[in-house]
Amino acid sequence: MRKTRLLPKLVLALMSFAAATQSRAQVTFPENGVADPRHGHYAFTNATVVKDGSTTLTNATVVIKDGRIVSVGANLKAPAGAVEIDCKGKYIYPSFIDMYADYGTPVPQRAAGGGGFNFAQQPQLETAVKGPYGWNQAIKSDVDAYKVFAVDDSKARPLREIGFGAVLSHVKDGIARGTGVVVSLANEKENLVVIKEKASAHYSFNKGTSAQSYPGSMMGMIALLRQTYLDAQWYKSKPAAEGFNLSLQAWNDSQGLPQIFEANDKWNDLRADRIGDEFGVQYILKAGQNEYQRVKEMKSTNASFILPLNYPQAQDVEDPNEARFVSLNDMKHWELAPTLAASFEKAGIPFCLTTADLRSVNQFWTNLRKAMEYGLSENKAMEALTKTPATLLGVYDKVGSIDAGKLANFLITSGPIFNEKTIILQNWVQGIKYTVKEDLSDKLGTYNLVVNTPAGTENYTLDVKSGSSATMFAKDTLNSKLTFDGKIVKLNYAPMVRRQRPAGAGAPDGGQRPAGGGFPGRGAATADQALPATATRLTGISNGTEWNGTGTDSLGNSLTWTASFVKAAEVKPDTAKKKDAPVIGKVTYPFEPFGWEEADAPKQETILIKNATVWTNESEGVLQNSDVLIKNGKIAGVGKNLSDPAARVIDGTGKHVTAGIIDEHSHIAAASINEGGQSVTSEVRIADNLNPDDINIYRQLSGGVTTSHILHGSANVIGGQTQLIKLRWGQNDDDLKFKNWTGQIKFALGENVKRSAAPLGNNRYPDTRMGVEQVLTDAFTRAKDYQQVWKEYNTAKEKLLKEKKSTTSLIMPRRDLELDALVEILEKKRFITCHSYVQSEINSAMEVANRMGYTVNTFTHILEGYKVADKMLKHGSFASTFSDWWAYKMEVEDAIPYNAAIMQKVGLTVAINSDDAEMARRLNQEAAKIVKYGGVTEEEALKMVTLNPAKMLHVDDKVGSLKTGKDGDVVLWSDNPLSIYAKPLYTIVDGTIYFDRQKDEQLQKLVDAERLRLVRKMNGEKRSGAPVIPAQPSYQIMHTCMDHGHSHGLLVVDADDINND
Amino acid sequence: MKKILLAISVFCFLGATAQETVLPAKPQKGLIFIKNATIHVGNGKVIENGTIKIKDGKIEEVGANVAIPAGDVQVFDVKGKHVYPGLILPTSNLGLVGINSVRATQDVREIGDMNPNVRSLVAYNTDSKVINTLRSNGILLANVVPEGSFVAGTSSVVQLDAWNWQDAAYKSDAGLHVYMPTLMPRPNFGRFGGGGGGGGPQAPAADPVKEGLEKIEGLKTFFKQAKAYLGETKHEETNLKFEAVKGLFDKKQKLYVHANTAKQILVALDFVKEFGFDMVIVGGSDSWQLADLLKKNNVSVILQQPHSLPTGEDDDVDQPYKTAAALQKAGVLFAISDDDAQTRGRNLAFNAGTAAAFGLSKEDALAAISLNAAKIMGMGDQTGSIEVGKDANIVVSEGDILDMRTSNVTDAFIQGRKIDLTDKHKLLNERYEQKYDLKKPKPF
Repeated sequence: MRKTRLLPKLVLALMSFAAATQSRAQVTFPENGVADPRHGHYAFTNATVVKDGSTTLTNATVVIKDGRIVSVGANLKAPAGAVEIDCKGKYIYPSFIDMYADYGTPVPQRAAGGGGFNFAQQPQLETAVKGPYGWNQAIKSDVDAYKVFAVDDSKARPLREIGFGAVLSHVKDGIARGTGVVVSLANEKENLVVIKEKASAHYSFNKGTSAQSYPGSMMGMIALLRQTYLDAQWYKSKPAAEGFNLSLQAWNDSQGLPQIFEANDKWNDLRADRIGDEFGVQYILKAGQNEYQRVKEMKSTNASFILPLNYPQAQDVEDPNEARFVSLNDMKHWELAPTLAASFEKAGIPFCLTTADLRSVNQFWTNLRKAMEYGLSENKAMEALTKTPATLLGVYDKVGSIDAGKLANFLITSGPIFNEKTIILQNWVQGIKYTVKEDLSDKLGTYNLVVNTPAGTENYTLDVKSGSSATMFAKDTLNSKLTFDGKIVKLNYAPMVRRQRPAGAGAPDGGQRPAGGGFPGRGAATADQALPATATRLTGISNGTEWNGTGTDSLGNSLTWTASFVKAAEVKPDTAKKKDAPVIGKVTYPFEPFGWEEADAPKQETILIKNATVWTNESEGVLQNSDVLIKNGKIAGVGKNLSDPAARVIDGTGKHVTAGIIDEHSHIAAASINEGGQSVTSEVRIADNLNPDDINIYRQLSGGVTTSHILHGSANVIGGQTQLIKLRWGQNDDDLKFKNWTGQIKFALGENVKRSAAPLGNNRYPDTRMGVEQVLTDAFTRAKDYQQVWKEYNTAKEKLLKEKKSTTSLIMPRRDLELDALVEILEKKRFITCHSYVQSEINSAMEVANRMGYTVNTFTHILEGYKVADKMLKHGSFASTFSDWWAYKMEVEDAIPYNAAIMQKVGLTVAINSDDAEMARRLNQEAAKIVKYGGVTEEEALKMVTLNPAKMLHVDDKVGSLKTGKDGDVVLWSDNPLSIYAKPLYTIVDGTIYFDRQKDEQLQKLVDAERLRLVRKMNGEKRSGAPVIPAQPSYQIMHTCMDHGHSHGLLVVDADDINND
Repeated sequence: MKKILLAISVFCFLGATAQETVLPAKPQKGLIFIKNATIHVGNGKVIENGTIKIKDGKIEEVGANVAIPAGDVQVFDVKGKHVYPGLILPTSNLGLVGINSVRATQDVREIGDMNPNVRSLVAYNTDSKVINTLRSNGILLANVVPEGSFVAGTSSVVQLDAWNWQDAAYKSDAGLHVYMPTLMPRPNFGRFGGGGGGGGPQAPAADPVKEGLEKIEGLKTFFKQAKAYLGETKHEETNLKFEAVKGLFDKKQKLYVHANTAKQILVALDFVKEFGFDMVIVGGSDSWQLADLLKKNNVSVILQQPHSLPTGEDDDVDQPYKTAAALQKAGVLFAISDDDAQTRGRNLAFNAGTAAAFGLSKEDALAAISLNAAKIMGMGDQTGSIEVGKDANIVVSEGDILDMRTSNVTDAFIQGRKIDLTDKHKLLNERYEQKYDLKKPKPF
């Protein structure tokens, strides 16, 4: 909870009038007519009052006046001057609060084009908004919802009808979205419904209407938010060069409010929360649907959550050819999404509920009840709709419970609110009655109906069961249809028509009687017959216990009628049986096929592989008939006749053991890869957006990969910071990271960064290799100046501190995340891996580096490395290349498969990388090609996918070879690892078996069985008449360098193509 | 041999781009013997210590006991080596695409939905530098396939040692290529992208399945009209598109339908049932699901890229590697291709090798890139195996050609002509080995 800012006095005054909605005393608005002061003074007596989730009063009275609750208590007498409303049998609840609404705010309209960075489109490099705002159009911190808020009863009514009395509304547009306003849902002037004008500040991972290219990625959005926190802090010192910046000022002004982040996804929740942690902010997180898949991680955020109640729709999977493309994940998610709220309750994570994201607010109750069917308790549901949001927003003194002094926002219901048959009758908002449904309860029962026809009087009995259902009979039951809204009655009736039986079916008195010729026999009556056009039609008005009206009979004659109340209907207790808890599958880690259930989590083991051919990558070379012992996650021994009594022994006879494969260039397991909105984006970090739910982690384990270097793409000259991961399948994003690793950063040269493929041409500097060289020169020139400014500042500060003088006179320089990363390079705290192809650009990159005083650690791709291998050696670079790629773009027309061998022979440390999710699982074969093309030895070739990449990643002290003390990252192969016939049998990471070829077969069977179960369940849903949508193929988004055209099948969509939308 | 050596060394000094001096070989006359070979026939059989007798470009004798006469004959002793039929790349944009990302070098996709009259052969560039890199890995024939949005045109098989496309033509216009509509709802990632998570699947507006089926009905109408037209003795107006599909009705052409899903393939069966065409499914990533139906309808399959990711996340992680074995088991005639855009087809044999690692026998895997490919293309009598009467399209490798660990092609013959296995990559390798003194320069 954050301190609520004191409201200005004037607004406070307004607020108190807001409560007294009917009062017109002492307001600025003139009255066009005669003053009509009223106080809305009511006493609701004999009610069951649920004050909040935990306190219920029976036989209680609620007194309200001037829009506020005056008193609440059991057996209170209605005070003089109050209108008494008898609520016998009724329940009174506080109205609900939705803290994630956009009620009354303008719907953002997106301009054509825009979106993320795209290789094909013309970027919009600068903001298109005029005014004293910040540089990025997606930072809309200056927007205050209360300034644009307008009452809209067409939107308020549906919310009132499902029980809401107040909402927090904000403009859902931008990454920073400005402030939200708490308003009631009363249909009154804006001045009167505002409960708290600046109640919250809002953020999201969605650029909304901004068409500015930056940020064009998840990691770019994170970087922008981080930089804006820093800039806002810096702006407090009123830097002259910046001038007036409304965005930063508004940002600073709203920091004291509750900070709400729309994350919408389990991993995004963690991403947002980490931004908050860095800047001392605890966000309230607006969730998506999938947070139940990582409850432990959600809890660890310490955040309160706003949970939507929308669930995936069942799909029509009856056609197996269509079902084939609906993934297990999507079906599992359909089944498990309704457990979201219950899983949070069980884990003790605070949350409230919202109508946001629902396809229609009408689904609210259905879906809320579904959440309860899946385990959400009534008390928690009530709290999540009242007290929790009110408390989070600092308005619990005004709304959220039924207590004296609060706004008169409450519901009158026909019974306990969560019961299936309970009806919300009225929703009182700020003391104003909004009828949701007429209370018919005292008008239901038996009536004597007398119809005065020209032929005489007819007498009927009418059993009115509800506003739309009644039974009418004299001697026999009639076919009738009633509608009754509490005032107007409409009743149509006709004699029951006998059902015509098929000839020879043995009807006792077959044949249809003539219409109007008396009443048919009871035996053939059916309840749902459509009324004929000739039905008698009555209409009338309920005048209390008697109804009077007119009508037309079957022949068209006018008639009159009267119905008098005889006896009330018996009130039946709500007998709806509590539904059994549904049978559902289990969450797996990751939430992917081949994931593991919590109880079956792979564990670190002591493993002894006996009698295998062991490729050590050390001076011992390849050992025949030898053993490898792995213990406590490390290699504990390599040699002959090893033993360990605790070990799981694996027979390696005829098989080969190698260190796990390391891929120097990969783009798997990340939510975004390219931040191409600018030519220098060293501030973005792959680490900020790892995605452990990538099936390619498992697929690559099946190919023996244990460590992958996840690189930023090649959209720009200085790309983002990379992240080294281990393929710990099922662990969370943080636990995927390779621990104790010195970070790297991606650079890129050539065609991609000058956007040669853009069909509309390029407007982003640089457009030539000449410009690329200048971008590098400029970036490091700026970095050096920046380094100097900080050095001077720190020296001056130290001096003052030493002299025990005040440092307030010193102005702290602006921290620039982009330049921070470049300074790290200059200080050798970060290494470069540089996408590169042709010799001119490689030489230029090295020249700039020499001039500026850094080294290009790794040249990646480097397909013309063979032309400049000697210079690279001199510069001190590593080389990571493809085995045999070429001719897919102009700059690789001289690429040759002998490249790796030549570079190796010249003396470079060479790796073979994948840059491709498919090839990564055959990297051993790619290494083998270097034996074929260029004749390096098999041992040296294997090192190109193990030890050599470890060296260029500066982790060769931990991985890359089989040496006692190194990480237990080991693969057991069925054959010589350089052979096309070799398959990994076990892939072990840190002594944990993450891939086991035999177990994989069992997992496949489980996947198939679970698919079958869910397809049947969805089919059952369809057959039961529930709505289903057509089968939706589960497309997968894949990130690439955009460097090549490897097709990945019909369900894979390139991330860069999506940004076209 | 001397001549070739000479050519190489001249090159090294001339510069790396001078691959143009790799000359197509002259027609072969007289007798050639390849002896002491492990002969992988291509039809599943292996002959140890065998000899192949070639006369005027044709295989005249194959076996363990072929007599080699004295006199003016060429004899190649390949002791310890493996001999294979020339490999056939069953689908390729070879000679139609120079550099994937450079529009000016592309001649593979014509405008329009209905291009049955377009012929790939006429644009085939025999000077493409890709060609020689394929020969170096044992590929001697390639089916050059046009791309398109629907009916793309006809493919032709070329042999990879020619001065021009007329010389290269090996089996002309032998197949019409139809690219099946996806028949699947398109992806829908929602508006205002960049959020991630959230929404879940939503029903799309248009029905692409219906659209696709209508397109196919349109094609069937075209075939019906073509058939009627071709039945006329005289036409008022000549229709080039109708004329172009005559071979389909005469069974001189095959219908290649590019399709992957079961639904696409089932829809394609109409072409067999209604018109009696000989049909080949190209792509076929899900063909394992209906292998028996394919067999029953005599439909053959070209698996375009076994080195692929599984189609669905739930699929067996090795499914693309195992599909060939499933087709083999069901008795479907199939071939394996290598459509990889980064490596341009040179890894054909290794795609087959992977299929061998996942359930095919090595000789069956070989057949998938030799004899079976030839049969599918309607030239099984002419090439695809080392059998008497066929063209002497032969490759010699130091070891198992399916495994990159051992594959090293040392010699190759197209129609008996011993071809120059130099390629641009070898030349650049030579050049830079000299720059760095990695190898002593060869004497001039």
